[in-house]
Amino acid sequence: MTATSRERILAKIRTSLGRNGEDETRRDTVAERLSAHHKGIIPKRGQLSGKDLIDLFCKMAEGVQASVARISSPDEVPAAVSDYLRSKNLSQQVRMGADARLAAMPWKDQPNLEVMQGRAEGSEEAGVSHAFAGIAETGTLVLTSGNDNPTTINFLPEHHIAVVNAADLSGDMEAVWAKVRGKYGEGTMPRTVNLVTGPSRSADIEQTLLLGAHGPRALHVIVVEEG
Amino acid sequence: MEIKSPTFKNNSAEALKDVNLQKALGKVRTGFIEKRAQAADALPEFEDLRDRARDIKDHVLDHLDLYLERYTEKVEAAGGHVHWAETAEDARNQIMEICRRLNARTVTKGKSMITEEIGLNEFFEQNGVTPVETDLGEYIIQLRGEHPSHIIAPAVHVTKDQVEEDFRRAHTQFDPKRNLDEPTTLLGEARAVLRQKYFDADVGITGANFLIAETGTSIIVTNEGNGDLTQTLPKAHIVVASIEKIVPTLEDVSQILRVLARSATGQDMSVYTTFSTGPKRDDDPDGPGEYHVILLDNGRSSMLGSDYQDMLRCIRCGACMNHCPVYHAVGGHAYGWVYPGPMGAVLTPSLIGVDQSGHLPNASTFCGRCEAVCPMRIPLPKMMRHWREREFERNLNSATARYGLGVWAYFAKRPSLYQFMTGLGMRTLGLLGRTKGRFKGLPLAGGWTKYRDLPAPEGKTFQQQWAERQKAKRKEAA
Ligand code: SF4
Repeated sequence: MTATSRERILAKIRTSLGRNGEDETRRDTVAERLSAHHKGIIPKRGQLSGKDLIDLFCKMAEGVQASVARISSPDEVPAAVSDYLRSKNLSQQVRMGADARLAAMPWKDQPNLEVMQGRAEGSEEAGVSHAFAGIAETGTLVLTSGNDNPTTINFLPEHHIAVVNAADLSGDMEAVWAKVRGKYGEGTMPRTVNLVTGPSRSADIEQTLLLGAHGPRALHVIVVEEG
Repeated sequence: MEIKSPTFKNNSAEALKDVNLQKALGKVRTGFIEKRAQAADALPEFEDLRDRARDIKDHVLDHLDLYLERYTEKVEAAGGHVHWAETAEDARNQIMEICRRLNARTVTKGKSMITEEIGLNEFFEQNGVTPVETDLGEYIIQLRGEHPSHIIAPAVHVTKDQVEEDFRRAHTQFDPKRNLDEPTTLLGEARAVLRQKYFDADVGITGANFLIAETGTSIIVTNEGNGDLTQTLPKAHIVVASIEKIVPTLEDVSQILRVLARSATGQDMSVYTTFSTGPKRDDDPDGPGEYHVILLDNGRSSMLGSDYQDMLRCIRCGACMNHCPVYHAVGGHAYGWVYPGPMGAVLTPSLIGVDQSGHLPNASTFCGRCEAVCPMRIPLPKMMRHWREREFERNLNSATARYGLGVWAYFAKRPSLYQFMTGLGMRTLGLLGRTKGRFKGLPLAGGWTKYRDLPAPEGKTFQQQWAERQKAKRKEAA
């Protein structure tokens, strides 16, 4: 049944287009297109380097109502997380995945801060993820799924804290895909790639923009500039 | 969904008398237009990206069969399943089969126009499955027993006071005396109610903004995060997508994403752009155990190679309706089926037949704004004209409309004369209406002004303004 509906739809498409599915030239065109990864038009906005690139990322993230902290070493992350929780009057408790970069940080130096391992369950006030990359053009975080950084941490806690290395910032989205292919292989993707640009929001009631719809009410980005 | 497009005229008359609706529509006229203009102006490459986006989709449509084959291969390689559905009925049955196998009682849904197109909610209810819409706007209209009136802002026709009434009626678990004056309190209440539903649901259904052939990935673009909770927490994720959603590569989709959010809401990027490939992996602590894609044709394959092929480039951004004077006047429900505004006026006759939707291509002033803002450069007025001509040939139209079209066609075939006449008309109307800003009645246009006030033209025609704006831009660039 499924096989035949597939054949019928493909046949209809071919008839309408007046084209043949076996046509070698067409097949080559498509194969070339899929492997070439043409970048197209890359806006100048993000084409910066060094401090300028980091500055743009932070500015764009703040422009979409994320808060940003810039620190100079991964060792400072636990203190930065604790400070954030305190500033928001939240309990000193975070949910976190098995990411090796996060695991190597000195969480023990924050004796009051409790770190709960694993996926989010829905009752957490705050969750911490390590981002795969960041896109300066739009202040966007790139998060990949898996045991290291479970997807539920990006969406269920009230506050989402995301750590991103300045070295992983790119000017544009297209540059991120090259990195994804480098890590996961050609034509292969992690189960989920989340591009996150600010905290969740809705304008569905009389076009009034409100933060904190179904995802996190707040997004805090910690940029690690060295290390 | 019952088709009410043939009574577009009556629907419009009703809409114009609806005080709440007219109040709500006022916000469309200002908010969306301004935000889009600001976002577009802030990106110097925006116009070039529109060309690029158009070319990408044209290329895909030209080789749609091959890209669909490749896409399917990649979905299956990632452990997902693809179900090909020729008709809405096929799609409904395939979805139902999955739900039955999983004993699904509750299904959460992300915002999806395609499930409106196939009438999925009604079908679920007839079959003992409870669908729960999770997008705030969709949730509101589900409580009201209505359908979306806008493709990205489904509850744009509802006022805050009406939402408050609906919540008091539906959420009887809360104190009836609670204060719901602020929109943020309403949002908080919806968040609390829906939170539990994500966990209760057995199956989560979303649409897809794009399908990527290179990787077998489906993409949803949202601001609320509801789509992500919908697809991450249940046992199975079902994606319902029509065949033209394909793009070749991750780079291609990145190009189109740049024009999508800007055209829709004036954001550079929506908050959540989510790329999903297959079900939960071995090392995944979360995610759906099953991943299904329903690939729906429902008439699209016969639009290929026709006068309406360009319509298949549509990315459902809503810009054409946000800028449409007819939509501003009557809202989305008057169009009588799933897709409103200029894109609906073209797509509806293609999908359900011109005999079912005859008046829709007439729901246009041919002002050209829709085409001027469409990120995919779809020639909407030209296609509405095609439908009008077909309708004319089929003699479905009334005698007055035939006469009007004859006059209009005379000018339309002579562009310079048309421009001159519309310019002249603008100046004359501008002078006549200067004092009040709006006309209650106009000679020769009684059929229009009987139901609505015609805004008095202020200054220049859209074509003139557009030309000047382009000129100014070129100067800036030089
Ligand atoms: S026709 Fe163009 S403007 Fe209208 S929804 Fe589709 S892409 Fe957007």
